Amino acid sequence: MAKKEYSFYPGCSSQKHASADNFLRSSNAMCDALDIKLTEIDDWNCCGASIGYAGGGEIPRLSLSARNLALSKQQQGDKDIIAPCAACWIATREAEDRVNENAHVREGINAALAEIGLKVEPHQMPKTRHMVEMLVEDIGLDTIAKGVSKPLEGITIAGYVGCQTNRPFGIAGESFENPVYLDNMIEACGAKAVNRYDKKVACCSGALMFSEPAKGHALVKEIIEAAYDGGADMIVTPCQLCQMNVESYQSNINKTFGTKFNIPVVYYSQLIAVAYGKSAKDAALDGQIIRATKLEEIANK
Amino acid sequence: MSNMNQAMIEKYRSNFLKEVEANVEEGNWVKMCMQCGVCSGSCPLGPYWDHPPQELFMMIRAGKREEVLTSTSMWMCTSCYNCIARCPRGLPITHIMHGLASYAKRLGLAPANQPTLKFGDLFWKSIVENGRVNELKIGVGLYFMNGFGQGIKNAMAGRELGMAMMKSKRMNAMEYFGGHKCKDRSGIAKMLKKAEEFEAEHIAKYGK
Amino acid sequence: MADIKIGAYVCKGCGIEERLDVKQLVSTAKRDGKAAIAKDHEFLCNADGVAMIQNDISNEGVNHVVVIGCSRRAKTEAFNFEGVTLSRANLREGVIWVRPDTDEARETTQEMADDYVRMACAESKYMNMPASSGQQGLVKHILVVGGGVSGMTSALEAAKAGYAVDIVEKSGHLGGIAAELHKRVPAKNGLGGPVDTGVAEMIKAVESNPHITVNLNTTIAKTSGAPGRFSVDIATESGAVKNLTIGSIIQATGFSTYDISKLPDLGGGKSANVVDQLGFEKMAKAANGGAIKRADGKEVKNVVFVQCAGQRSDKEGELPYCSGHCCTTSIKQAMYAKAAGADATILFDDLRTPGATGEDFYRAGQNAGVTFSKGKVNSVETGDTLKVKFNDMLLKDEAIAEADLVVLATGMIPNGGVDLNAITEANEKEMREQSILKLDYRQGPDMPQLKHGFTDSHFICFPYETRRTGIYSAGPVRRPMDMAQTMEDATGAALKAIQACENAAQGRAAHPRSGDLSFPSFRKEGCTQCKRCTVECPFGAIDEDEQRYPKYNEARCRRCGTCMGACPVRVISFENYSVETIGQQLKAVDIPDEFSEKPRILVLACENDAYPALDMAGMTKQAYSAFARIIPVRCLGSVNTIWITDALNSGYDGVILMGCQKGDNYQCHFVRGSEMAHYRMSKIDDTLTQLNLEKERVQTFEVSIADIHRLPAIINDMEALITKIGMSPFKF
Repeated sequence: MAKKEYSFYPGCSSQKHASADNFLRSSNAMCDALDIKLTEIDDWNCCGASIGYAGGGEIPRLSLSARNLALSKQQQGDKDIIAPCAACWIATREAEDRVNENAHVREGINAALAEIGLKVEPHQMPKTRHMVEMLVEDIGLDTIAKGVSKPLEGITIAGYVGCQTNRPFGIAGESFENPVYLDNMIEACGAKAVNRYDKKVACCSGALMFSEPAKGHALVKEIIEAAYDGGADMIVTPCQLCQMNVESYQSNINKTFGTKFNIPVVYYSQLIAVAYGKSAKDAALDGQIIRATKLEEIANK
Repeated sequence: MSNMNQAMIEKYRSNFLKEVEANVEEGNWVKMCMQCGVCSGSCPLGPYWDHPPQELFMMIRAGKREEVLTSTSMWMCTSCYNCIARCPRGLPITHIMHGLASYAKRLGLAPANQPTLKFGDLFWKSIVENGRVNELKIGVGLYFMNGFGQGIKNAMAGRELGMAMMKSKRMNAMEYFGGHKCKDRSGIAKMLKKAEEFEAEHIAKYGK
Repeated sequence: MADIKIGAYVCKGCGIEERLDVKQLVSTAKRDGKAAIAKDHEFLCNADGVAMIQNDISNEGVNHVVVIGCSRRAKTEAFNFEGVTLSRANLREGVIWVRPDTDEARETTQEMADDYVRMACAESKYMNMPASSGQQGLVKHILVVGGGVSGMTSALEAAKAGYAVDIVEKSGHLGGIAAELHKRVPAKNGLGGPVDTGVAEMIKAVESNPHITVNLNTTIAKTSGAPGRFSVDIATESGAVKNLTIGSIIQATGFSTYDISKLPDLGGGKSANVVDQLGFEKMAKAANGGAIKRADGKEVKNVVFVQCAGQRSDKEGELPYCSGHCCTTSIKQAMYAKAAGADATILFDDLRTPGATGEDFYRAGQNAGVTFSKGKVNSVETGDTLKVKFNDMLLKDEAIAEADLVVLATGMIPNGGVDLNAITEANEKEMREQSILKLDYRQGPDMPQLKHGFTDSHFICFPYETRRTGIYSAGPVRRPMDMAQTMEDATGAALKAIQACENAAQGRAAHPRSGDLSFPSFRKEGCTQCKRCTVECPFGAIDEDEQRYPKYNEARCRRCGTCMGACPVRVISFENYSVETIGQQLKAVDIPDEFSEKPRILVLACENDAYPALDMAGMTKQAYSAFARIIPVRCLGSVNTIWITDALNSGYDGVILMGCQKGDNYQCHFVRGSEMAHYRMSKIDDTLTQLNLEKERVQTFEVSIADIHRLPAIINDMEALITKIGMSPFKF
């Protein structure tokens, strides 16, 4: 398999010692196993995420993503940008779309970029793709399945896709209501995917977990409950915010609702890393607040 | 109320729809809503909206300016994009909600002490300062957004989580004093300043 | 009549041989059925089996064929023999597929099959070959009543097919209401907004078409005859009369607008600034793209459209129905206003935009900036600025919309002619004067109406067929519709009108027994001149002759047999369908004695829905009682009560009638047949009382073709009932 090379936009959470530190580490291990080379955009900035709207207007917000697009173009030409974070991915794609379609937005963005000697031109920006999009389309789940050396046998996993990885763009050919690529990825790693996971594309409350925690906890409760109902040993997700929201508030939820939740929430990159024989440490299993012991057992075999 | 608010009231006298079309992100879509209510039924926080999206659209058309812009409703948006995915008319509802919230804030009409607004402000401030988000600073800031006393309480309640995050090396206490940031911070600040000037000027002059 | 020679042929295929004693069936056909020839065959519907039958017809003189195998609805192409009558005994769908394949069931299943063989042979014996009456020839000339868009479309379509057309138009010009419109809602590409009406071009096309004669300022003075031989007098205002010989007629008389002065609460009739849609159309047409001006000359800056004005209402004097076009019409008119620089608000309850492009047209309106509000209008305060008070149903709020013009979207009132039910002896002459078609039919001068004045046609199952064969209604006279639908409707009516001419020339029936050559005749010496047949015929096919005997018009007849069912002295029959063909079948059934525990249930099933549903019950292997004997009838309307009396007298324990849904939402293929049957059966109680039998032994059901689970249950329930109340004592 030829080495695949991409421009890389990790995003704020996937930095060392940031909230998705464990994603970053496991994704490095996964890319190593799958022979994928990611070159980080030098001096990338925050995409503004969805919640940016409260502070910044349309043009400032979109300028942020435009800067990343311009930098990647400058540094790495037309190489696709891989974003592992759904918010980064859709913010960048939306910026690209608006620059392409809306002359007024384009004018404002370029006026702002001109301050730092950058420029974006319609239909000339690199393509921004989600990391799972790249895995599904460029590598292929069949190929991933073939390279598995330690199948994750005996583990039942709820594939929690969440919102922004799935909407508004999603993965080509998948439905918004019941995308199946994450289930297929679970199966490719040799584990069993929960059939008809009820809350597969439900909302974890996103950034409102911080501002409206009670409402957020209620949404996450349902997501975890449905995973248990499906017989899941753990939840897997492609989204850094989903991972954080679903994993780290379980003790709060237990206090509020009298539940006894204690379900690990891992990244697909951790599944693939372990299935490809990487160590528990490389797969960043030590980065879990709720330890994924079944996965650790396989990794340590 | 801000001067800008007065200016807008005068400029769009009794035609709030036109004002929204001119000044709100994706606001020109509002008239295309056919009132089916799929958005309202698809919203994860639907029950908490005083006026679900479809109703906001109707209120905009009915000229209920004050009621719309001072509403907490659009601040309930979790950006899950369910409404966008399902809207049979293809309205970019999520963006319109963000746009309405942002416009309300710009005019000084957004509800006071709206937690999401405050969180969003902290978030944005972090970006403007560092080019990247400082999760710890936002987190601590959030604890203290309703005053020092409440902040200590919040911080104590969140202590367990903070410890867990640190233990799993997903948070670093040193972040508070430095942490992740871009190299060209001054450039980013300049860029954002220019972008904001462009937008404000444009709204004042012509609408969006 | 030549001697009858019955050939009965038993098929052994499809599992019949495995389940039944075929030898016995053959001998039953010979012994009880009196078949001159009775044979079995491995695979009767294949070429060899068909050739065997054909050989007997050609060389052995068989003229009555009885096919014993599958349902009469199956393999109709294989079993299609020239010059002979055909009966079918349904042993597949009707016997082996509805009975369990068990040893205990074998005896009763065989009895069932033997009975069906006897019944088919009995029917065969009493059937004759139908031949058309030759009452009319081919007249390729169509009369179109009404010169609006529907009439002109029909005329152009018929002319394209080489038919001569006469248009009769009451007014002095073609175009009807459509000619008064500024623009129309497009039939395609709704996103593009309103388009030219095309009416001027259409008028030109009609006037220049050599096949079309336009008669302006003209009405019908008299219509007599039948499809293929209508004689129509058309009269001009001056009194000049022209007689035409016409093959078929299309009534495209359109609609009138509702009188807005009946809506004073909405400002109707109180102010010139409250207009109906046609009124606004005229203003827009006068403005011709410029500023729209009110009657007082003031430029219109703000229009409010009130949907469902005086319609979809249960108020006295208002229209209960939806006129279908008004939502898109208001969207169109609101777009006129927007284009002229005015604001436009549409207050609707339910916005309905029918048609493939209706939704796109709605979008076009939204795109143009028309404001749509879901609101129920309570009142309109008139004045220089009008105040429309409405309940905002989405914001749950009482609100006021100000306007300088209010448009009321009122409904369509069909120009359907006179209501036949309202005719009395006293007003008959006057009603005839007012009628449109001036038919000299015994049942009245216009077409029967279903409700609200719309001509009666089943607008889902057989939309163009009215209750006057060869006279088709098209456009808003049939049901409310917009221009695109009207043009489609008018095209369909033209095709049906052509078909009617061709059918009439060959003496063939129209829908649903299309192609049937049989038609009713009566034995004059037995007739008591009771007139029931002339009254009850759903299609007005039967007139009265000078001696007051019924006079049958073959080409008007749909061959349902409702007249046959009506006749108290049973003198009406078809060559191949008569009191005898059914009566002899039910008598051919072997009736075991009272103590046998083998009751007999007669099922008379309408061939249109009930019989297919029973066949489908067989196809899906739904078991039902082995004691049922099912006879298909053309329509429940053809069921003569003598069959019921005969059945009860011969010892049947129960009788079930299965027909189509009746009433306003009828599904009866002959419109009134099922209704008549239900009415007649409500009178059968006397007979039962006389015989000292329980009333429940005779039951009538309305069924649909989808009732494949219900029908077996109905039959089984009857068996259970008989078990409960006991066997009939009339077994001899």
